[in-house]
Amino acid sequence: MGNVPTAVKHCLSYEQLIQDYPWLKRLLLEEKNITGHEYPEFVRIVEVGPRDGLQNEKLIDMLSGTGLPVIEATSFVSSKWVPQMADHTDVLRGIHREPHVRYPVLTPNLQGFHDAVAAGATEVAVFGSASETFSKKNINCSIDESMLRFEEVIKAAKERQIPVRGYVSCALGCPYEGHIEPSKVSEVAKRLYEMGCYEISLGDTIGVGTPGSMFKMLQSVMAEVPTNALAVHCHDTYGQALPNILIALQMGVCVVDSAVAGLGGCPYAQGSSGNVSTEDVLYMLHGVGVETGVNLAKVLEAGDFICEALGRQTNSRVARARGRTL
Amino acid sequence: LFNMSAVAGLRAGRTLPDKVKIVEVGPRDGLQNEKTIVPTETKIHLIDMLSASGLSVIEATSFVSPKWVPQMADQVEVMKGIDRKPGVSYPVLTPNLKGFQAAVKAGASEVAIFGAASELFSKKNINCSVEESLQRFDEVVRMAKEAGVRVRGYVSCVLGCPYEGNVAPEKVAHVAKRLYSMGCYEISLGDTTGVGTPGSMSDMLEAVSREVPVNALAVHCHDTYGQALANILVALQMGISVIDSSVAGLGGCPYASGASGNVATEDVVYMLHGLGIQTGVDLSKLMDAGAFICRTLNRRTSSKVAQATCKL
Repeated sequence: MGNVPTAVKHCLSYEQLIQDYPWLKRLLLEEKNITGHEYPEFVRIVEVGPRDGLQNEKLIDMLSGTGLPVIEATSFVSSKWVPQMADHTDVLRGIHREPHVRYPVLTPNLQGFHDAVAAGATEVAVFGSASETFSKKNINCSIDESMLRFEEVIKAAKERQIPVRGYVSCALGCPYEGHIEPSKVSEVAKRLYEMGCYEISLGDTIGVGTPGSMFKMLQSVMAEVPTNALAVHCHDTYGQALPNILIALQMGVCVVDSAVAGLGGCPYAQGSSGNVSTEDVLYMLHGVGVETGVNLAKVLEAGDFICEALGRQTNSRVARARGRTL
Repeated sequence: LFNMSAVAGLRAGRTLPDKVKIVEVGPRDGLQNEKTIVPTETKIHLIDMLSASGLSVIEATSFVSPKWVPQMADQVEVMKGIDRKPGVSYPVLTPNLKGFQAAVKAGASEVAIFGAASELFSKKNINCSVEESLQRFDEVVRMAKEAGVRVRGYVSCVLGCPYEGNVAPEKVAHVAKRLYSMGCYEISLGDTTGVGTPGSMSDMLEAVSREVPVNALAVHCHDTYGQALANILVALQMGISVIDSSVAGLGGCPYASGASGNVATEDVVYMLHGLGIQTGVDLSKLMDAGAFICRTLNRRTSSKVAQATCKL
């Protein structure tokens, strides 16, 4: 309140002041609000529901009509390890590819990459881990060995001008090792980025993170990888996903992974169901004035569809609340 | 210590509180909104378990007419039956003078009154306008002052109303200020239908904190749209250090059938401890209390922390 002396300000109520000096309101609106929070203007949502085991072409087609800019379609891992992924080629070939939507697929190794390209993939993703034990148990090799594998994929991808996204799992904790040092996360993130991944998605694989650990981890990673190349992939196992995403946004991250109806989760981390639901993320983002280009109502429809198809209840609170008020 | 102003990208410019006081509303707000009527001994045992977990404020019961809220019909027995742990406060709801008198007679040393930021909600909920309700409360507060009893004021519908829709932050500020000037030592701002987001929460808190000191404010968030923890985080960033929550997330939303209601104390404590904020609460003892009441109610906990811990 520029022109009003502090002493006077403290004697008056804001309401009274505005009543007596209507021109003040305009001046005050020019002040930044108390929190000083600025959120990114636009946040890109990366929809990971279909990839996390929900093999369903109709779902992907419905999601393609919602405005979601990126939809992870499937995973070219060996179907020996992830049975639901057996028909990955069929899915990729069967979906309708919406012009402004990207359909990345997971490719853990060169074989998977070639299969993906043969099936028409135009973007791929590789999965690293910040935890040695998780890496060994999940993909049967050490972090270093996995990086060599990824290097092959990235090299082949570069030759075909196919962008590669890098994931770092266990970024806020590991089901085997427990606490993970932020420096380990930033080390792996940096390697993937320097190898040529255009974006690094930092995953709280078992959902144990809080805004406290998210903050520390991002601080560390942001010293090694540009913020605009970072994404967060939060699990809601402990109910912390939305506050974790919020703090990431406050720190400048503007890409968020989520899954329609909150379905799917890491099949390898015991007890970690719980992708954060796209609907709940959208509700929050729109509420803080962030643009996403996504139509929440259409995502809710897609969520309704897949839950009915799977005979499962939605994990989205927005979906549960909507349509039942009074 | 979590110094946010030290980091690039964070323009909050404020540190988070070192300590947060949790106001546990499970035994009152939680049980009041559960369909199953809970026996008196169970209520008493729940409150005793909560007292043992380190919580310093536990809303014990409500002195409303049993005709309106049958779940709270055993109000006097509960008040007399609980083990009053030293240093722990057991506030009770008192909608009017009659309730207040009954509460004091039953041994209450702190009471709570409920205002609304929405006219329609006030009329539908307590059958009178906001102004009329404030006058009713004025009587209670005056009597309370004479009796040396502390009064906490609640404002409901602070981020939206099931009937009116949007609620102006200035209206919330107005009601909060009235309650505070009347003599309420603390004002709890309730997102009754859980529609709020960190955006509307910060707008509302900005307006209210212009009229009531931030250390006299609390937030009471509902998780109906999954926004509660995010809203609480923003409130902490704005200097709020009192959070209302309900063990096991007891108490569904009375306005949206099947939807969740109160935010779960376990999930709030998990987040606060993760932020390095002290609460005085032992999370495992709290979860024991949550497990107990869910068994008795034969319902699943709404706390994600409790659900996750069970799996491992």
